[in-house]
Amino acid sequence: MKARVHVSLKTGVLDPQGKAIGLTLANLGFTGLGEVRQGKLIELELTEDDAEAARKSVEEMCEKLLANTVIENYAIEFEDD
Amino acid sequence: MKASVVVFPGSNCDRDVQVALSNCIGGPVEMAWHGDSELAPTDLIVLPGGFSYGDYLRSGAMSARSPIMREVVARAKQGVAVLGICNGFQILTETGLLPGALLPNAGLKFVCRDVQIRVENSQTPFTSQYEQGAVLRIPVAHHDGQYFAEPETLAALRERDQIAFRYDDDNPNGSVDDIAGIFNDRKTVLGLMPHPERAADGLHGGTDGLGLLQSLVAALS
Repeated sequence: MKARVHVSLKTGVLDPQGKAIGLTLANLGFTGLGEVRQGKLIELELTEDDAEAARKSVEEMCEKLLANTVIENYAIEFEDD
Repeated sequence: MKASVVVFPGSNCDRDVQVALSNCIGGPVEMAWHGDSELAPTDLIVLPGGFSYGDYLRSGAMSARSPIMREVVARAKQGVAVLGICNGFQILTETGLLPGALLPNAGLKFVCRDVQIRVENSQTPFTSQYEQGAVLRIPVAHHDGQYFAEPETLAALRERDQIAFRYDDDNPNGSVDDIAGIFNDRKTVLGLMPHPERAADGLHGGTDGLGLLQSLVAALS
């Protein structure tokens, strides 16, 4: 199965890249935009078949490396092959 | 005094700090490869500046999980002095040896110039050769130097005199509370964004960084 890990900056953490994207979108004429935040998407291919074990393993990966929980949140999504 | 500099793939200030430290100590400084899991007995471990692992994922994220870092964390917990400069500071926050995190500069630009920093605590093995409140001119060269910490963490840093240096007037990266460097609670670990090893010889155009290295030599010899 595949796992998708979405990593995003926590509320209150300054995101200058998101801000720059918002400004550029406004320059292009897009209106009605509030705050823009940029995150990361990490796709993982897993050989584990057991959904519960896979979730546990990916959560551990997030805590140990994929996200820095001082500044980032993460969300995990699974997709069957 | 024995000192070791850890070399990661992408470190680029490892030799500079080795030479600067070696001049202060008057003897050799060991280099340790990040892939080794053992480290010779040492009084000081330096994590140098650079762009280890190309800053992939987050600055310092990969290096913080290198085999040698397990040993560095263990030694730090025993009280061995650890100095992290620039990328080394980022690695120290990623390992959790120092609180908070370093984010991309608020201006989104790589900043490479001299800055003025103020000595906020001169009662430590890293800063004893400076006067309290002294203003130093030391270069910075970084893209991810914006120090961030939750308000509770910041309050604790202030209360325990863990703020080592603040930018004086001119904050180059948007760091919270103008923070340029912090200590751990015991003042045995220091992380800072400016490069003292680049202000350690008359030919560098300034020697304000020497005091930091000399403080360590005085404390650890």
